[in-house]
Amino acid sequence: MSEAADLPLWAALLVSALVLVGAGLTLIGSYGLLRLERFYDRIHAPTLGSSWGTGGILVASMLLFSVLQTRPVLHEILIALFVTVTTPVTLMLLARAALYRDRTEGNADVPPMLSKDVPPTQNP
Amino acid sequence: MSATILNWSITIAQIMLGMAMLCTIFRLAGGPRAQDRVLGLDTLYVNAMLLLLTFGMRSGSTLYFEAALVISLLGFVATVALAKFLMRGEVIE
Repeated sequence: MSEAADLPLWAALLVSALVLVGAGLTLIGSYGLLRLERFYDRIHAPTLGSSWGTGGILVASMLLFSVLQTRPVLHEILIALFVTVTTPVTLMLLARAALYRDRTEGNADVPPMLSKDVPPTQNP
Repeated sequence: MSATILNWSITIAQIMLGMAMLCTIFRLAGGPRAQDRVLGLDTLYVNAMLLLLTFGMRSGSTLYFEAALVISLLGFVATVALAKFLMRGEVIE
């Protein structure tokens, strides 16, 4: 941490606030993953960590390295772009797989299939 | 002064991220069904990536950034493959 001694105070306060907000929201999201009751409630909780948590820590890292090296350091945008694109894809795939498994087992607490999606051999 | 503020806040953030990883590990170990375990693994990947980014901010090197990028890539591929396995029973048909 020796290179951060000449960091101005406003940058240190801003970076600290962003890092703490990001880590705190990630902790809240992971605690929700542990505490919520059903799987379809649980799948919403970790997106708090992958939206605001990732955004806060990445913006803090960009700001810190940009101020320390006195030039724009923007390669953290790669991670932000990648996480923003891939998180909805993975969670929708996982939710559809879970819905398929619940429907195949005949659980009563999942919504039934829409009538236009049911193959015509099953409803006479 | 500013180095002290930054040092303490990054330490607190790392403790918070470690507790978040502990929560996801509990869900990963004791999730009632397979999709809960896959969701816990995906969240564990994201939390490990954020923890590596805070390590990079503490040490001031860009080596941790590349490790975080690789972890997020591998997490995406692993979760897609596991969701496909839950859906169809095999990954590559």
